[in-house]
Amino acid sequence: MSGVIEVRDLSKKYGTTTAVDRLSFTVRPGQVTGFLGPNGAGKSTTMRMMLDLDRPTTGHVLIDGERYRRLSDPLRRVGALLEARAVHGGRSVYDTLRWPARSNRIPEARVREVLELVGLAGVAHQRAKGLSLGMAQRLGIAAALLGDPPVLLFDEPVNGLDPEGILWIRNLMKDLAAEGRTVFVSSHLMSEMALTAEHLIVIGRGRLLADTTVAAFIEANSRSCVLIRTPEPDRMRAALAGVGVRVERAADGALEAYGTRAAAVGELAAAQGLTVHEVSTRQASLEEAFMRLTGEAAEHRAGGAR
Amino acid sequence: MRDAARVRAAFAAEWIKIRTVRSTLWTLLLSLVVSVGLGILVGHSMSASFAGMDRERQENFDPVEAGFLGLTVGQIALVVFGVLQIGAEYTSGTIRGSLLAVPRRGVFYGAKVAATMLTALVFSLFTVYITFFAAQWALGPQGVSLGDPGVLRATLGAWAYLTLMCAFSIGVAAMLRSTALTLGIMIPLLFLNSQGLGNVPKIRTVAQFLPDQAGAVMMRVVTVDESFITHRDFGPGTALVILLAWTAAALVGGLMALRRRDP
Repeated sequence: MSGVIEVRDLSKKYGTTTAVDRLSFTVRPGQVTGFLGPNGAGKSTTMRMMLDLDRPTTGHVLIDGERYRRLSDPLRRVGALLEARAVHGGRSVYDTLRWPARSNRIPEARVREVLELVGLAGVAHQRAKGLSLGMAQRLGIAAALLGDPPVLLFDEPVNGLDPEGILWIRNLMKDLAAEGRTVFVSSHLMSEMALTAEHLIVIGRGRLLADTTVAAFIEANSRSCVLIRTPEPDRMRAALAGVGVRVERAADGALEAYGTRAAAVGELAAAQGLTVHEVSTRQASLEEAFMRLTGEAAEHRAGGAR
Repeated sequence: MRDAARVRAAFAAEWIKIRTVRSTLWTLLLSLVVSVGLGILVGHSMSASFAGMDRERQENFDPVEAGFLGLTVGQIALVVFGVLQIGAEYTSGTIRGSLLAVPRRGVFYGAKVAATMLTALVFSLFTVYITFFAAQWALGPQGVSLGDPGVLRATLGAWAYLTLMCAFSIGVAAMLRSTALTLGIMIPLLFLNSQGLGNVPKIRTVAQFLPDQAGAVMMRVVTVDESFITHRDFGPGTALVILLAWTAAALVGGLMALRRRDP
């Protein structure tokens, strides 16, 4: 039982809309795999199909070679956090975990154990509707961990959490992966994935855009430039253009020079007698790299222009 | 058998769900109070007005049916209980958690239907007999006892009717996936017929086969004259078959909806 998830040729159509378009990828144990895509890219739909909740239009998902539906006591094999708010508000926190535990023949002592683990033991007998969003998220994570499963799926787990909660869940996911489990986490935030994930599956409009390590993704998608602040931008542009360097104007009025190094720009400025206030190397943010990949960057730029 | 253990576990989980929400207590308590309370009220008023009735009405007077009038109102709360078992899964979103825990639709649905029906079966047994004895006591001289001809059969009919209506409502809720929509259809169905449609001669030909009409026949001891408005073309045995058919159709429809549609 290794915990490999295989997604093969998975599609989901709603009428004429294609939510998920022939996705194929493999999720491996022992690492956190980030499932990245803008909102509406088809991440949740894909995760629901992985869990046999939604029926795929084409393709299938195998967990250790079996469909989710065929797993016996599935909560002991796969734990999932989908929507944290999907609990019956009238039931106590404890009872919210008691029935799934019973259905998968998980000892009731485990309910208390996972509530301790997520820090909800103190509110075990309160009704679920009184929980804050952060606490509801923790309850959802407790439910996912209930069967001590080797495979874990989290759909946007940091949503609604405070900074302390976010840090907690990052560490939890890393710890679970370090124990050799398969951890598959969706997010629409590249920066979040850069901090937690080692591997990335990137999708946009239901299609696979990248299946790579986080390091390789950053390497391939980020472009660096030299940031220049000067009171004489026009002369600087002309000087840089003279040596064949492409220059763009950043939103705050600074210049961005591509295909050169900070030292070269400094020497050029000195040679031409130009006043500069700042010359620095700037790594394009991961978020930008991600947006460029998913094709949102253009729209954002357009919206941000004066 | 591993499968048998899995089915038992699914049933135990559904039983926990029923016990751990307050609506169970409130709906069932309301059903009992309304059934018994109205049974006593109707019993008293019938007993008081019996002497003033014309001969046709006196001859067609059915003390068991009169005593169970309260049940036909009290059943609404029992139907609400049944509908909530499925409806609340969809309104709260727990349906996904339920299907993650028990991904085989048939096992999940079977466990839910069984746990709900068993609750309804035990509850209805108490409701029917408490209502019966209270109402017959209130009917005074017009009251009957369990030993009188046909009375035991009529009370068993009432018991079966309540249990089957609860099952029927689960099936309808599973097809419609909404508490409000299901009750919006079920309540008029339960009320309009017995109070109106069922007694209009032309509509009656068809409407008498609706579940509540079949139930009314099962709860009776007196076979009314053909000319009388509450006359039906079938007896209690056929009525039970009709009701079973309705229940089976609703439950199968619910299972098909669960299997075919994404939650």
